[in-house]
Order: sequence, then structure tokens, then C-alpha cells
Amino acid sequence: MTSEWQTPAGEAAVGWIADDVAAEFPELGLRFLEVPAVGGRSPQSIRDRLAFLSNRFRGAQAVTMRQDPIPWAYRVFYRHIGLDPDEQRTPLEALAVRRLLEGAFRSQGLLEDARTLALLETGVPIWAVDAAHRTGALGIRPAEPGELLGRTARGTTGLPKLPRGRLVVADSVRPLAVLFGDLGAGLEVSSGSERMVLFSVQVAGVPELHVEEALWNCLEVLAEAVR
Amino acid sequence: MDLLERPLPTTPDVRRAAPAVELDERAARHSLRQQVSKLEGELCAAFTTASPFLQFDWSVPGRGGVRGVHGPRILGIGELEALRDALAEHLRSARMAMTERAELEGANRRLVESMLLEPGRHKFVRVRSEDLGERACGAWEVRPRLGLVGMLMGWWQVKLSSGCPLATGPRPERRGSTVQLGLTATSSGPAKPQALVSGN
Repeated sequence: MTSEWQTPAGEAAVGWIADDVAAEFPELGLRFLEVPAVGGRSPQSIRDRLAFLSNRFRGAQAVTMRQDPIPWAYRVFYRHIGLDPDEQRTPLEALAVRRLLEGAFRSQGLLEDARTLALLETGVPIWAVDAAHRTGALGIRPAEPGELLGRTARGTTGLPKLPRGRLVVADSVRPLAVLFGDLGAGLEVSSGSERMVLFSVQVAGVPELHVEEALWNCLEVLAEAVR
Repeated sequence: MDLLERPLPTTPDVRRAAPAVELDERAARHSLRQQVSKLEGELCAAFTTASPFLQFDWSVPGRGGVRGVHGPRILGIGELEALRDALAEHLRSARMAMTERAELEGANRRLVESMLLEPGRHKFVRVRSEDLGERACGAWEVRPRLGLVGMLMGWWQVKLSSGCPLATGPRPERRGSTVQLGLTATSSGPAKPQALVSGN
């Protein structure tokens, strides 16, 4: 298993963008990578890193954060796709608010902690879905009329129906998550997952290097726990 | 006359006769997005400048609503225009509020100056440091020197209160233990400064 963690994040696959979306947002991108699933508690070293970053984080940073290039780029993209970043916060700002409310970046399990550390270091968010439900490459497209988000053992009962045109992260068969929103029900990485897909969304103003570094950071943390 | 008596063309004929006009809506949307980006940047700068004293609702509702459900999608020209206008209006309101706040702080600073020059003319006037635009908890206040005697004799002075109170309040004294801030608690009495205990 350890050898699989040696995969450099630079080799992350490039996701597809639907033509009509790419025409509107030419700099929108998606990178994804399949790795073995990990779970459970974080080791002490990772919890120490979270505590260290908690202590370095100040309220003033939370205020001025929105003027930094990467968080600002995500804020602007939120506006472009009709979201209010003060209502549905960008991932880094949501993390900053959580830090201020809880008093620290609290450990929430290995995968969550790896995502948090990558986000803090680079400002680029990462999501994870269970690879068992993936078919083909990931991409971004508008939802078709009547499409459902998620997958349950009971079929499609109770799944939310996506409005037409809702931007989603999808594989070649079905939507996996709303763009910058919730993952589909039943697609989360769980204790029963064998492999998972990490993916990140690049918007205008975010260099590709940052996206690769975010994935690399996340992988490093996970590999450190596995070793 | 022949022209007047000729029947009007029906609607399909008019459509067929009209020249094909293709509107470059994509370019218009691109331009609107650039305007939205610029306004968002200016709103962020205003937020950073005004925090934390200005009480202002910075939220500008998104336009991603589809049948009452909000979410990401590609916005049309009308929606982008509405968003741009809302951001511009919000930015204007924020700047007005910041200007009013700056004027208020300026007036308060002038008031403190006149309090310092002529305390007797500003009896019991109190100005908080926060209202001067300072990140502190103190307050400037005109008070009588020596209490009632000062009030009767007309001895007025400006006092600046000490800073912020402790976040957790005074900590209860523990017997026989050393507490923080260089104070030593003894079992026989209250805390004393470290220097006095060591005899220096």
C-alpha cells in the first residue's frame, strides 16, 4: 500500500469540463487522484500540526483573508456562479470561522484533518468521494433535468432531485457532488471504503501549482499516518 | 394609393424578412463578470478597512436561486446585471456608512481635544476610545478632582480609563500557591508583588 502513496500529486488526472461551462469559465479546472481509502483517528503528530496552526491563526487574519489572492479568487467565482460568499462561505473562510468559534482547528479524523491541513497551507479545497461509486473520469457540468444526487442501497428513494443547470461534479454516469456544495448521499468515504478519489477545483486566479500542492499536501499527511 | 391598399405582411413574413442579428451574449456576460470581480474586490477592501467598528450588513444575496433553491449555476445576462447593480449599490452604501463613521470619529477627536483644553466646560462628558476609531477599551472622561470637593471648587480633569477588563474576570485566590503575573499568594495573607516578597 505504501508504494501507492508515492504517487506524486503532479500526476493527478485532469478532469473534463463541459463545453458550455468551459466557454463561460475558461480557467475552471478539476484535478483528481485515486488513492487507498484511510480513516480513523489522526496520529499525534498531525494533531500537533493542527494545534500549531491554530495557535498561529489570529482574528485579524480572518478579517483580511478575503483580500488574499486565493480566497479572493474563490469568492469571486462564487459570485459568478450565483452564490453569496458571505452566506455560503468559501472553504477557507468557513474554516476560519470554525477556528474562531471553536477556539482551535479540532481534529475530526485523519481524512478531514488532511483536507484541513492542505486547505490551510494552500487555500485550495479538496474533497473526497468513495471510489467504488466512480465510473470514468471526473468533471464539471450542469445537471440534466430530473437527475438525482447520491446513491443509496434502496435505489433512488429519498434522493434530492437537482434543478436543471445546477453545476455539479460528476463522473461519466452520475453527479457526485454539487460544485462547492454537498457530496451526494452515500458517496462519502466511510469505514467500508477501500479506495477514494480526492479532487480539487481550480478557478480563475488560482495557479495550477497551488492545486497540485494542495493535493500533494493532503497525500503527504495521509502517507505520514499510513507509515 | 396602391401602396396604402396593399395588405400588411403577416408575422411569419416579417420574421423571414428581418435580418439575422446574433447578439454576442457571451462577451457581454464576460464583461459583466469582470465588473462583478472588480466590485467584489472593492467590497472586500471596504470590509477590511471598516472592520471591526462599522456595523454593516456586508452580505449581497447571490443570484443562484432556481425555484427558490440556491445553488451554483451559469448566470444569464439579466442576473449578472442585477448582481452587479446590487454589489455597486451595496458598495456605495458601505462607503457612505464609512464616511459617516469617519466624520463621527473626527468629531469625537475634536471633542476630546476641547475636553483637554477646557475640562470645566465638558463636565462628565465621556468618549470611548472605540468611538475614536482606536482598538482599545479605554474611555476619556471629564471628572472632578478629589470628588465632591473638586465639584464644588470647579477642579475638573480629563481621565483616561485603563484598558480592557480581563477576559475571564479576576481569578479566585488559591491558598499556598504561586499565581501568575509575578504575584505570590501566601497562606497568611493576600497576594503581594514578587519584588516585595524577595526583599528587593
